[in-house]
Order: sequence, then structure tokens, then C-alpha cells
Amino acid sequence: MSRDVTEPAVVPAGVTSTPAPTARRGLGGRAAKARRRLSNPWASGIAICLAVLWSIPTLGLLVTSFRPELDIRRSGWWTVFGDAAAGEGVFTFRNYETALFGSSTSLADYFINSVVITLPSVLIPISVALLAAYAFAWIDFPGRDWLFIVVFALQIIPIQVTMIPLLTTYVNVGINGSFWPVWLSHSIFALPLAIFLLHNFMKDIPPSLVEAARVDGAGHVKIFFRVVMPLLVPAIAAFGIFQFLWVWNDLLVSLVFAGGTPNVAPLTVRVAEMAGSRGGDWHILSAGAFISMIVPLIVFLSLQRYFVRGLLAGSVKG
Amino acid sequence: MTPTSSARRRRTMLKAGAGASVAALLLAACADTDSGDGGGGGGQAAERGSYEIDCSKYDEFGDLDGTTVHVYTTIVEPEGTAHQASYEPFTECTGVQIEYEASREQEAQLPVRVRAGNPPDIAIVNQPGLLETLVRQDDAVLPAPAQVEAEVDENFSAEWKEYGTVDGTFYAAPYDANVKSFVWYSPSAFSDAGYEVPETWDELISLSEQIASAGDVKPWCVGVESGAATGWPGTDWIEDVVLRTAGPDVYDQWYQHEIPFNDPQIVEAWDTAGEILKNEDFVNAGLGGVDSIATTAWDGAGYGILDNTCWMHRAANFYQAQWPEGTEVAEDGDVWAFYLPAETTDERPTLVAGPFIAAFTDRPEVQAFQTYLASADWANAKAVATPEGGWVSANQGLDPENLATDFDRLVYETLTDEATVARYDASDLMPSQVGSGTFFTGIVNWLTGQSTQQVLDQIENTWPTS
Repeated sequence: MSRDVTEPAVVPAGVTSTPAPTARRGLGGRAAKARRRLSNPWASGIAICLAVLWSIPTLGLLVTSFRPELDIRRSGWWTVFGDAAAGEGVFTFRNYETALFGSSTSLADYFINSVVITLPSVLIPISVALLAAYAFAWIDFPGRDWLFIVVFALQIIPIQVTMIPLLTTYVNVGINGSFWPVWLSHSIFALPLAIFLLHNFMKDIPPSLVEAARVDGAGHVKIFFRVVMPLLVPAIAAFGIFQFLWVWNDLLVSLVFAGGTPNVAPLTVRVAEMAGSRGGDWHILSAGAFISMIVPLIVFLSLQRYFVRGLLAGSVKG
Repeated sequence: MTPTSSARRRRTMLKAGAGASVAALLLAACADTDSGDGGGGGGQAAERGSYEIDCSKYDEFGDLDGTTVHVYTTIVEPEGTAHQASYEPFTECTGVQIEYEASREQEAQLPVRVRAGNPPDIAIVNQPGLLETLVRQDDAVLPAPAQVEAEVDENFSAEWKEYGTVDGTFYAAPYDANVKSFVWYSPSAFSDAGYEVPETWDELISLSEQIASAGDVKPWCVGVESGAATGWPGTDWIEDVVLRTAGPDVYDQWYQHEIPFNDPQIVEAWDTAGEILKNEDFVNAGLGGVDSIATTAWDGAGYGILDNTCWMHRAANFYQAQWPEGTEVAEDGDVWAFYLPAETTDERPTLVAGPFIAAFTDRPEVQAFQTYLASADWANAKAVATPEGGWVSANQGLDPENLATDFDRLVYETLTDEATVARYDASDLMPSQVGSGTFFTGIVNWLTGQSTQQVLDQIENTWPTS
């Protein structure tokens, strides 16, 4: 899989750099310089410091999630290291037990709801955005640039502004209370960025490739599936991960459009409730947060190389 | 009550409930209802015990079998389970299914749904201020039907009915009730040290001085941190003192803005509260200096009483649920609460709060359910369905015997006492810019060094002009 992906991605870069050997030397020189600069011990030191600082709150939450309720309220999470060194038993799985089994609705139901919400909310915008991006990149129609600017500009609309009008529309159409409002809303909110990213990536494909295919008699459909799609896999994967994380972690959209009833509410809605009616139960909340984190962690860690490569390919471009 | 006796009681309840659930199963088999729901409900009823109600009351609403009422509240689990259980007698009577939806974001989400044309049938609204907004701005809440009003007239005092009334029309019946004028303390520590529970404000201050001079432990522990709502426990303190130094009439003028927020009488009340809250000798026991009040979480602030690092903690009756598991809440136990004294023993001004039941649709099953929630039957059913305690209603038809704990009975007595002059939490009645905005931040500024006059002038300037 990975070889299929990397090889075509290298082709455009090779094509552009071969005509000028000097440029390649220049590139090599720059790369070496960049490598020297990036491997500077100071830079590495600062990066490590930032990473540690950035992870401390998460580490604190992780430690907290294993502490008994009373200890959490009485002392800070950092005190456990001293206590543990002194040989006191300070950790417990009770918070996880309560978070998993303590409610009348099993957490598994919310997990399933989250999956049911997330998959279409990722697939719908990607499919639509791919078609739109292809049209913007390779089909010349009147008003194309203006339309593209409009789509691009839609990104600046804050989603909060759209909520009441959208919800009114869903109620009038009569699909409220199902999964449709959530799927559609996530798709709507994702499309401007998706189209923009995929369009930029498509523009990177050398025109000669598309023209060659056209000379060989391929139509738009064939070019799209045979030439463009294989080259786009890193970008699609990158945007897919991006959208997946956004939808999985979203609370606002699902609260407004799905509501809190157990038959449509995702995991985030349940985790937010774990704090209790008066917000005092955050020993359970901390455990719930880590349970809900498992899936995005797996997805991100297993696909992260696409994430970085695809995002750079789509956005950093002259 | 000792742990063993409570366990024994639960076991006998289980037996009683098992019989009931067998009956319920037979009924379910005959009526061919949704077996999944029936099974779950039966299990819960077994643990909680159930309450028999008079079903004939709901005949006038017609045949409601098979209908559904959607209720939207802020009460999430674990407390939500007891609320759902308390609706079961109604469901058994009428066949109406109650769809319970709870979210901590309900206060923000409810107006969104109302404006989008998608309101719930019934919402449990936590603040009269929100009710007012929904009535005046959105014109969405329906006036209470005659049956509900009759129940409220019978079961609640005129004050409570007034809080559910907007512009002369009665909309919403009271749901739960909280009493905020309590001071938590450790009875055993008090008797060991020979301290008496104070009965007037002066006694309270002299007790505080006595404790402060007796040892290295300061008398009061206070915490007002509560995330985005940081400051609210402080507003309760101030409101309680305004009720005591200025009196209920001035209190009413104050929240209605008939007198300015920085009126001299209000300044005096803040300064009186400051005698405790801003006195380095009195606060903040076991937690630091005066400015530590602003950063101490309200829900853990009173734990010093258990560790003997603090003597007194003023907090509402619902603080009962915040004590760690295993804490004995009893008059001779680990913790107990006394009424925050007034200037004399004759006065009993009391700060209360509680949610209201607002209806957005007028289908017969919704009105029947509204009637049920306003009735003494529901209050008793809820008390029986809450074996862990921590729940009280201002409903005068509630039998105190049904309440789960001695402390709940004390709260109920305070609520229904003839001498009690109850006033609703002012910050919930003020416009939200002040009531849940500058009043909160003002408390923090005040505790971290600003003068009373300065803070009150700032709050007065933010009062909406229209």
C-alpha cells in the first residue's frame, strides 16, 4: 500500500526538477543546510521542552483518572509520585469502572453512535469535495475563479452563526431527531476547506499528465479515476484523518443537531455529562475522557505520516 | 443511620420490589407493551421502592395510552435516574411514556431549540430569569393549565407560585427546592471544644473570634471557584447577608433594580459579609489567605471540616451530596449544618432556589404530566425514589417521612416553617449580564483586593438600561 502511494507522489517532483541539474544541486545544498539547521542541539532542546510542556496537562489528566476521588480533591496529581515512592497504594481503576458501567445506558451504545455519526460525516464531504475540486482544477467553465473564491471565502463563516437557521430548516424538512442533521451539518461545515485543500493538491499534478491522458482519448471520468485519484491518496488520507478527528471530538454540532437522547447522542455528549449535574464528578470525567480518546489516538498514530505529508502537499505551494 | 441498618432496609425493599416486579411482568405480558423498557423500569423500581398514586386524577385528560412526553432537563446521571424512576407511577396510571433527555448544556441549548421551532414538550428550567426570557422574548412558554394552577395553589406557598409567574400570568410550577442558608460544621468537634451552635449573627461573629483566638485553626473555609461560573457561591453569601442586614423588602427592591446595585444598604451588607470573608483571622482555614477563596473549588472547600483544619463552611443543602462517600451526615455524626443565623432569633430569612416546569406544547398528555409534577403525589414518589437522599421539594403535601435522610427532613422543615421568609436566589432573578456575569466577576475582584464601593459601582454600571 505504502509503495503505491509514495511512487506516484514522487513523479511530479522528479518531473519538475530534472530539466535543470543545477537546481538539483541547489536543492541538495539547501536540504543539507536544512538538515544541519534542524539537527541543531539547541533547536532540538527547545522542541523537546515544548513537547514536554505541552504534554504535562494530559499527563496530569491521565494520572488523575487513576486516583481515588478523595485524593483528587485533596491534593494535586503530582503528589502521587512522592506517595508512590513512599510505598502507598494511590491508584485505582474505580473511575474507569464507573465511567464504563456506572450509567443506565452502556457506553458501548454511545461508541456505536459515534462511529455511525463519524463515518458518513467523513465520507460525504470527501466524495463531494473530490468532484468539486476536480471541476475547479481541470474543467474550464465560465465564472470558475469567482465561484472558487466564494467557496474559499465560506471558510470564514463561523458555524455558530448557522446553527439556528440550519436547525429550523431540518425541523421544517422533518429529518430532525435522526442522524441526518448531524451528517449533513458536518459535511456542510467541512466542504469549503476540503475543496480548497484537494483543489490545491490537484493543481500540483503536472498538466502534461492530464493532457497526455486526454490525447489518449480519456474523458473526465476516466481521467478522474485513473490519473488523478491515485495521485491524490495522501491528500485524501490527510483530510480524512483531519475530518475524522474533528467529528469524533465534536460536542457542539452533535449537541445542537443530535441532542442528548441516547439513541443518537455520540460519546462526547455522554463524556460531557460525566461531570455530573453540579460539575463535581470530574474523577469520572477524567476516566471518560481517556476512554473516548482511544479511537482517535489509534487512528492518528496509524495514519499520521499521511497526515503531515498530505497537508504539506496541499497547502505549501507557490 | 448506621450502614448496616441501611443495608438491611434496602434488602427488605428489594423483597417488596421483587413482588412488585413479578406483578409488573404479568401485567406487561398481558398488555403487550415494549418489553425492553418494562424490564429496565421494573429493575429500578425494585431497588428504589415505589409509591402508589391515585390514578383517577388523570381521567379527565382522556385516554393517553401510547403517547409520549419529551422532557428536557439539566439533571444528568446519577441523579437523573431517580427522576426517571419518579415518573413511573404516572406511566403506570396513564400509559404515557416519558422520554427523558438531560444535558448540562441545556440552558444554552433550550433557547436554540425554541428559536429553531423544535422545543421539547416540557423543560425543567433552572432559573426564573431564563423562564422570563423564554416568555418575553420568544413567546414560547404556554401558560399553565387550570389543573396545574389548582395543584400549585393547594401545595405551594404564594412566594413559590410568584417565582413561576411572569407579568401576571402563571407559567411554571416549582420542581425541586434548595435551601442555601446553611452552615456546615462538625458536631463532634463542636462538642469536644465546647462550642455552641450560634443563634444570632452576633453570636456567630463572637464564635468565630473565639475559634480564631483559641488556636492556629481559622474558623471559616470558603471557595467560590466553579469553572465558567466562578463566583456564584460568593453571590449566595452576599444575598444571605443582604437578607439579614437590609431585610427582605430591600432585597426585593435590590434584584428588581428599584434601588441601585450600589445602594448604601447593599454596601453595608457586603461589608458585613466582608467581616468574615475578607478577615485574615477568619479565612481561609487550611487553604491559605483571603485571595485563596477565589481559586478554591466550591465543591471541595468544606472538606477541611473532616480533617479538623476548618470549623465552618456556608453552603446550600445540596452540599450534602458533595461529602466524600462514607461521611456520616447526622446531628451527632461527622458533619451537620445549622441555619445561618439572622440578627435576632425571631427572624428567619432564608435563601432558596429551585427549577421550574415550563411547557411548550399543550397536548393532553403533556398537561396531564404537568399536573402530575405539580402534585403532592409526585413529590412523595420522588422522595421514595431517591433512597440516597439529597432531594427536597417545597411541596407542602410532601410527607417528611418519605424523605431519605434526617438532613433532608431538616431542610424540608426550614422550607415549610411558618417563620421562614423565603427569598429566591437574587443572582438568578437579575438580568443575566449582571446575575451570571458581573456579579460573579465582582465577587472575584472583591475577594482579590478591590474595595466594596469600587466593585458595586462597577456592577451598577453594567446593569442593562432598558
